[in-house]
Amino acid sequence: MSFFERLRIGRRGTAYTAKKRLQTVLIHDRSGISPGLLEALKVDMIDTLSRHVEIDRGSVQLSLTKERDQQRLVADIPLANRRSRRRAT
Amino acid sequence: MSATIITITSGKGGVGKTTATANLGASLADLGYRVVCIDADIGLRNLDVVMGLENRIVYDLVDVVEGHCKLRQAMIRDKHLQDLFLIPAAQTRDKTAVSPQDMVRITDELRQESDWILIDSPAGIERGFRNAIAPADLVLIITNPEVSAVRDADRIIGLIEAEEKGPGKLILNRVKPEMVRRGDMLATDDILDVLAIDLIGVIPEDEAILIATNRGTAASLDSKSKAGKAYRNVARRLNGEEVPFEILQANDGFFRRISRIMKPGGER
Ligand SMILES: Nc1ncnc2c1ncn2[C@@H]1O[C@H](COP(=O)(O)OP(=O)(O)OP(=O)(O)O)[C@@H](O)[C@H]1O
Ligand SMILES: [Mg+2]
Repeated sequence: MSFFERLRIGRRGTAYTAKKRLQTVLIHDRSGISPGLLEALKVDMIDTLSRHVEIDRGSVQLSLTKERDQQRLVADIPLANRRSRRRAT
Repeated sequence: MSATIITITSGKGGVGKTTATANLGASLADLGYRVVCIDADIGLRNLDVVMGLENRIVYDLVDVVEGHCKLRQAMIRDKHLQDLFLIPAAQTRDKTAVSPQDMVRITDELRQESDWILIDSPAGIERGFRNAIAPADLVLIITNPEVSAVRDADRIIGLIEAEEKGPGKLILNRVKPEMVRRGDMLATDDILDVLAIDLIGVIPEDEAILIATNRGTAASLDSKSKAGKAYRNVARRLNGEEVPFEILQANDGFFRRISRIMKPGGER
């Protein structure tokens, strides 16, 4: 947590923290996907993808989000930065 | 007559189900209706002491289920309100002594001779909870403004929807306006944001609740109690009236936000 984030939460009071935590825990509860399972999915996904494309393993993000009534698994998979390929395209 | 059956439940224990049942029962009876409150918390009965009727118990819910007495014999009349009754839970049995079908059968019989049947659910999501919601026409979910209670409320909302008893309505209990104002307690609209559910009551933290419970009366009959007034308003909303939400804090932005969320027409 950054200094400014801390400052902001401090000003908003602990109810703000409570709400954020609640939102996160409910996303996991409702989907039945625990933070642990999400991590395992991410590892499997990285392994599978790596067999086909070169990805930047350390920067992969897999998260659960909710838009209206639709829960989503959102993956952000940066490809490995390969100069040669970039020039070619 | 054909009663509306309302189950008061929460998931998390100790958030105020029994107090809510007693206060709503008294408020509805005070409006002139015939009300039967059923304590479905078998093995941990409490509605009797909260209503001040513990010394009058002869028969209980399990006696009715097992045919040891007639339904009428297990109905204890309130001391103050002529048309308010309690069917107490058994204290020495457990939840398995009653089935969801038993609850449906008993309330079907009661429906004919009452306007409202209120069922005080036990905490948890097991048998006792299933018994309590089986006959419900409407489920009221009660929670407190804290992370664990709201989380459990969310689970309950999911379960009642799965049982096709949804959508329920939310009572937010034990709100401390001063803490909300300084940002240290989840506000009503924070909670409505995360739980997709209609609000039917916001009850402030109030010493009058404990005082009334000490005496075995309902705070809703005490005209000076803020929580009592909030419960009377819930009763009126159940009855189809459009009652604006109480202003629980000095900050009037709060009230406007609430009234925006609770547009008339969203009510049953
Ligand atoms: N609005 C309020 N202000 C102050 N105290 C309250 C309020 N509502 C409930 N309480 C207190 O909270 C405690 C728990 O209430 P209650 O027994 O109604 O909860 P419950 O959900 O029925 O509990 P259980 O899950 O054990 O059945 C009681 O001591 C009661 O007096
Ligand atoms: Mg109780």
